[in-house]
Order: sequence, then C-alpha cells, then structure tokens
Amino acid sequence: MTSLAELTSNPDDLIRKDRVRTPLYTDPAIFDAEMTKIFHNTWVWVAHVSEIPNNGDFKMAQVGLEPVIVVRDRKGQVHVHLNRCRHRGATLCEVRKGKTSSLVCPYHGWGYSLDGKLRGVPYENGYDETTLDRSELSLKSLRVEDYNGLIFATFRDDIEPLADFLGPAKKWIDLFMKQGGGYPVKTLGEHKFRFPGNWKIQLENTTDAYHFPLVHKSFLTAVDKETEQQLDMLNNGGFVEDLGNGHSVMVMIPELIDLDDNLEAPIPEKFAELAKELATEGYSDTEVRRIVRAVGGSGFNVNLFPNLACSMAFFRVLQPVSVNETEIRHIAIGMDGGPAAANRARIRLHEFFQGPMGFGSPDDAEVWDRVQHGAQGGDDMWIMLNRGFPKEESLPDGRHRSDVSAETGMRAAYDQWKRMMTV
Amino acid sequence: MEADDDGLTMNIAMTIPTTTAATITLAEAMEFAWYEADLLDHAVYEEWLALWTDDARYIVPIEPGVTDFENAVNYAYDDHEMRKKRVERLLSGQSVSASPVARTVRSLSRFRMLKTSETACELRCAQIITEFRRGRERTYTGDVVFELVRAESGLKIRRKIVWLINSTEALGGIGYIL
Repeated sequence: MTSLAELTSNPDDLIRKDRVRTPLYTDPAIFDAEMTKIFHNTWVWVAHVSEIPNNGDFKMAQVGLEPVIVVRDRKGQVHVHLNRCRHRGATLCEVRKGKTSSLVCPYHGWGYSLDGKLRGVPYENGYDETTLDRSELSLKSLRVEDYNGLIFATFRDDIEPLADFLGPAKKWIDLFMKQGGGYPVKTLGEHKFRFPGNWKIQLENTTDAYHFPLVHKSFLTAVDKETEQQLDMLNNGGFVEDLGNGHSVMVMIPELIDLDDNLEAPIPEKFAELAKELATEGYSDTEVRRIVRAVGGSGFNVNLFPNLACSMAFFRVLQPVSVNETEIRHIAIGMDGGPAAANRARIRLHEFFQGPMGFGSPDDAEVWDRVQHGAQGGDDMWIMLNRGFPKEESLPDGRHRSDVSAETGMRAAYDQWKRMMTV
Repeated sequence: MEADDDGLTMNIAMTIPTTTAATITLAEAMEFAWYEADLLDHAVYEEWLALWTDDARYIVPIEPGVTDFENAVNYAYDDHEMRKKRVERLLSGQSVSASPVARTVRSLSRFRMLKTSETACELRCAQIITEFRRGRERTYTGDVVFELVRAESGLKIRRKIVWLINSTEALGGIGYIL
C-alpha cells in the first residue's frame, strides 16, 4: 500500500501523537496531497500590511505552489488574485513587488483592474457575447482577511473567519507587534534561502529550543556575555504552549514576553550607545527605554500553521518547493516612523543571525539538509517528537503546555496536519 | 596609522612629495584584488584581516542599486569586529555548516578602473566563485567593487561590495567569505 493510501486507511502507521514516519518527509505523493489538503484548505499568510502600504502597491506571493498577486486597489482594499491570465494562463506579473494601476498580460494584452475585473481585450471583434463574457472572466480571487497587520488568504469561502482560526494565537501576535516600540511595525527587507529538505523540517524548527545551544554555538560564541546568558534558553524557565489549529508559542526569554513591562530595568550594555544616541536626538527617557527594549525583539516565537512564524524579531515564512526542497524567507521588521538609529540596530541584529551569510541560518540549513539526507534511509522508521510528552500539562480547553525544550509545538502542528490530511 | 581615511590621506600627502606620488594603476589594483582572492581561497585569514583600513566595510547587498547600505538589510555589512567574528567562526569548528569550510575557487576578471588618484581608487570586476562541500558544487557570480586606498604598507581596502547577480533570489547557505 502506498503511504498516502495508508494515511486514510490506517493513519497510526504513519503518524501518532508523539512520532511521525519517514515518508512524511520523503514521499512525493504525500507532498502533493499536502498542497491541496492543507495549503488549499486553510488560511495561508501572504503579506504584511506594510509591504503594500499605498493604493496600487503589489507583491508576488504563493499559496502552496500556486502563484498569487497581493495588491491594494485604487480604493485601498487588499486583494489576492491567482497570478494567471484567464485567457491562456500566463502570469500577469513576474516582478517581486512594485506599484501599478492595472494588471496586463504580456501574451495577448488582456488587462485587468486591480480588483481583478477584466477591462481590456485587444481586437475584441474576434469574440462575440457567446465567446467572451467579461463578468465570467475576472481573475480568480482568494478570500482575504487580516489580523494586526498580518494578511492571510484562502481558497475556501466556507472555512472559519481568520480571527477564529488564530484563536489563542492572537494574544501572542499582539504581544509580538509591541516590538514596534510605540510605532507601527514595518518590514525592512528580507533574506531568502533554500535548503534541500521537506518544509515540515523547518516547521518543526521554529518551535525547537532543544537545538539552539548546540547548532548555534558559533553564534553564541560571537555575541556578548549578556546576550549569551539571555539566550541560554534551556535554563531560563521558558515554556511551549499548543495554541490550537496547529499553532503554538515557544517562550525562550520569559522577561521579554511583554515589551511594555519592566521599562525601568537597566539598559543592556550592548544598547547603551543606542540609548545615548536616542537621548541626544531628544527622545524622553521613557521613549528611549521603550524603543531600546523593542529593538532587542520579543522573547518568543509564535508559530502559525502552516507557513508563518513571528519569530523573536522577524517573520519566518516557509515556502514548500517540492518534497525535498524548501524556501525560507526571514523578513526583517522595524519601527515605521521610528528613529533611524533604532531600525539600523535591528537590521544589524538581523544580519548577524539570519540569512545565507548569517551566523545562525547556515547552521540551521545544514542540519535540516542532514535530516532530509538521513531520511532517505529507514522508510519504516519513526521521527521522534516525544520530548516532554509524559510531563505535558493539559490545559482546560484540551491544549497542552510543557517546558521550553519539549516538542509540544511540533506535536500541535502534526495534530493539525493529521486532521487536515486524513479527511 | 590614523583610523580615518582623511587622516590617512593627509599622512600620505605630507610624507610623499606630490611630484613622485603615482596614480594607482589598473595593474597595481588588479594585483591587489587577486591577492585578496587568493588569501580567501586558501584560508589565510589573519593576513586577509590586515588588508582593510580600520573603518572599512565588507558589504554583500541584497537590493540591486541600493546606495544607503547602512540603512538597508544586507547579507553582510561587516566592520572590523564582524570580519574578525566571521573569521573566528570559520576557524572555530563550532559551526556545523563551516566544518569543514567549503573549498572555494574564485576567478576575478573583466577589471575596470572606475576612478583613480594618487591616494585612492575604485576598481570593478567580475567574480565567479565555485564552492565545493559535502559532494555539492555551487556557483555564485557577481560584480565586485573595491575601494582601495594607498597606505604606507601598500594598498588597503576601504570598501568591498559584492553584488551577486541573483541576490534577490533564494540562495543556499554561504558558510565562507565571498
């Protein structure tokens, strides 16, 4: 029996509460099924509101493997259209981001307004009303909703509203956005890299504190002592909590949960110069403290199934490419209208760890690559996700919570995976 | 040696009579760029670290055409401290992606002197770098722009910018210095 058939007939052979079998990383048929059963049937993150601030702004994105355009129309409304001309299927846009007044296909010139309506068809006399009904030929548009600046889209009109889908994760998203330091959060740029491995290897990693001291030893050696202590996350009283629907939060630095708290705490040595610079620029003591605390980012990762993590000080976006290839984007964020010096500090911290030349990401990519390589052997073997399982605390609503190094967040994601894949 | 470039320029202006101060030639700058490339490919990092002026930057930008690197997200925007940390990372054996460090061969060609004087020059060239590690070969291609200054000990780098042609695409992990 194929793994995919097994998944519906006998799911326990492939996925259990505390383990999953190797074909979840290696079977192309399972990957194809994921692209429809998961990515075509849930809310998928496509943009942050600051990426398309003005009318006419657009960016390219993907929902699963399907190319989409996220665009703000002339009235300010955000649309997510399939990036595909209704005539013969060519993409309307191959520019990553920009500004436009319409979407015109380069093949035969069909033109669409930003809300997706078909406006112009060259040499229209080649058609009559039986062959060209414009009202039937609008771009295929997805349902769009946003929460606190995060824009999601879905192909499904009948699933729950985004706010219900996010549920308890909303509180954590709100806390995460406090790193605007009193300003709206704005994207500043991004690092993109690929690794030869399945997307779920990365999905797991954003809720994996266990790997940090080992894989990121060279990073921990490069930072100052104070930061190193702060990142000693297995000994700082952190926790992981299942947030339902596959979402989870991993708190690594408990004192950085609420960035509005503890403003009177001493300013870390590494930010002393920045604090001085901000004071010189005329920011009040409270403003300086709030901004400086925000510059360091939040002490937790909120993982939103299936493709976004609000990860300490950046957005991690996961893009499956094939069963053994995944693209990761680390989007830097900062303070919209905030002091340039603060945003510069955030950018330097981002470059330090993230991206293909960072001191952290290449080491992550290397171990993920090795997981995929190792998983080429032992098709009948299990990937173990049982760390912290027995001691897991059950919350009244059926969710779970455990210590920071537990694999609770991964189990939450695979629970949702199983719910969606076995229907 | 003075920390800032102006000081450096003044020193040179004071110690070398203008009549004998020669303009930095293409041949001289090319030789220097090849020397730097050779040091990186052969992991002679201490010598490499000494090639830079104190205030120099090593930059690998992302967005084509960006000029304000300081306020942009780059792949690398290294001052001396960060270059030193990068070298330590390559040598420490603590980084799983740099143990072993990828073997690289870089080829620099198509040199053009964009600006030159007795004290400084701007050199642009093509760089194709092939890496090999764990059975996998990858290539990164780009323009390199060197800003070089004449110091007492010879040429030094004030700024090196590596403009990868695919900088806006998803790259693989680059566990070495471009």
